[in-house]
Amino acid sequence: MMDSFILFALLAGIALALVAAPLGCIVVWRRMAYFGDTLAHAALLGVALSIALQVLPVVGVTVIGVLLASLLYWLERQRDLSTDTLLGILSHSALAAGLIMVSLLQAQGQSINLMAYLFGDILAINQQELIWMYVGVVVILLVFVRMWPALVSIAVNEELARIDGIKVNRDKFIFMLLLAMVIAVAIKVVGILLITALLIIPAASARLFSKSPVQMVYLAIGFAVAAVVAGLYGSMQWDLPAGPAIVVMAASGFLLARIIKSPSI
Amino acid sequence: MSVCLLSAENIRLVKDSKTILQDVSLNIQQQEIITLIGPNGAGKTSLIRILLGLQKADAGKINKIEKLRIGYVPQTISIPQVMPLRVRDFLILSAKVLFNSDKISDEQVHTVLDELEIKYLFESAMQGLSGGELQRVLLARALLKNPQLLILDEPAAGMDVIGQQKLYDTIKNIRDNHACGILMVSHDLHLVMAATDRVVCLNTHVCCTGHPDDVSEHPEYLKLFGSALSGLALYSHHHDHEHDMRGNVIESEHCLNCEHVHHDHENHSHENVVLKKEVLKQDSDDG
Repeated sequence: MMDSFILFALLAGIALALVAAPLGCIVVWRRMAYFGDTLAHAALLGVALSIALQVLPVVGVTVIGVLLASLLYWLERQRDLSTDTLLGILSHSALAAGLIMVSLLQAQGQSINLMAYLFGDILAINQQELIWMYVGVVVILLVFVRMWPALVSIAVNEELARIDGIKVNRDKFIFMLLLAMVIAVAIKVVGILLITALLIIPAASARLFSKSPVQMVYLAIGFAVAAVVAGLYGSMQWDLPAGPAIVVMAASGFLLARIIKSPSI
Repeated sequence: MSVCLLSAENIRLVKDSKTILQDVSLNIQQQEIITLIGPNGAGKTSLIRILLGLQKADAGKINKIEKLRIGYVPQTISIPQVMPLRVRDFLILSAKVLFNSDKISDEQVHTVLDELEIKYLFESAMQGLSGGELQRVLLARALLKNPQLLILDEPAAGMDVIGQQKLYDTIKNIRDNHACGILMVSHDLHLVMAATDRVVCLNTHVCCTGHPDDVSEHPEYLKLFGSALSGLALYSHHHDHEHDMRGNVIESEHCLNCEHVHHDHENHSHENVVLKKEVLKQDSDDG
């Protein structure tokens, strides 16, 4: 019989794979990888805020995500700096602010395991956290499936989507909220520094084998689940840190896929 | 009897303190093909964006019939390579968005693709299409909406003459088969004339509008396109009046009359000169 902490870890990893892979596809299509990274870095600030205010981490992470996106929207409108520069500024200053916030809380006597937030602590997940995770996953997937045609249309061409009557700005905003929720789910599993990997890598691997958007989503889920299983196995077998092991497995999967599908080596 | 699908009244658009559109009025009737021509920077694309509701005008009014279904065919779109998307996915997707269901079947898609002679593209990846193929796929997408009004932005850009001719034939057929009004933007002056009911010549303001044959003789039009027209005689353009497209008189006895016609219109204010053959003739008689 499997130890319960391994089972919980496995279930938590699969929960993350179920949401990170589909949303990751949209992130990849819309070239939002750097935005996802920024959102993830800012999540530390959100978590610290949640601890200070004694609310659920997902609340703090989402609120910070919204603030960040609004700030980015305003900065982009000034038009003298490019988006990647702005994201670079926001990403690292948010992370720095988060680190300061955490250390202030620690100074006040709060016990916060910073490493767990930065790199995940999947083997320490308890039953209650797991239940919350799955509640989050179900909510995210329900909204995602409902919005799927609109999200794909926006990724194809925003103008055509707008003419078709899609509320592009509203839907982009909702997608950003979903992304913030995924990050909240992912913190315990791989940590805020590695979350983007689970959004991007399975989607990138899936792209090589898929002909349609739907195919890519299912394949990405497959790649993500495989990475979680293989990563946890590696973690057990060779006593590796679980979060990084999952990411390395995902990357190995991508490399393998790339070699198989490469027209010329 | 025709219904006015969409009308714009006195549209004004200013961008970075530069006037893009000034007092532009336009109306599109059911089953009418209107071509918008004008030089680069004349505001054609801006006008279309305003009609589509993608951009707000600084002044003026847009009226449309209730729940007007507009099919829009952009000049081109670029779909990210990282997105796996076949023609069928692209076409069915938009239908899903519009009708919020899977009402559109593969069969309906096939019918439209057949009409546009691109059935073989059904399973092709969007990114691999040639310019002309993409154009037709975009047209198919617009037609699946069952539009009352079709708006095309430079549909023939980058095509050779034969391709253009075929495209305009297709557009004409679409008007007949789908009973929709069509508004298209065009750069090229001669091929488009044959497939058009009304030409609107735009250069920030509406320089002139009317039947293609009349517009092609209008001094405002000639001023805009005069130099580009020198080779035009090559394309046999049938006239039922006294002069060729450069305004040169063919029959000498009408010479004075023709000069008069031109003078008359040169003295007009530039706004909304609607030309009709009868009016022209009358002017001539007066002179």
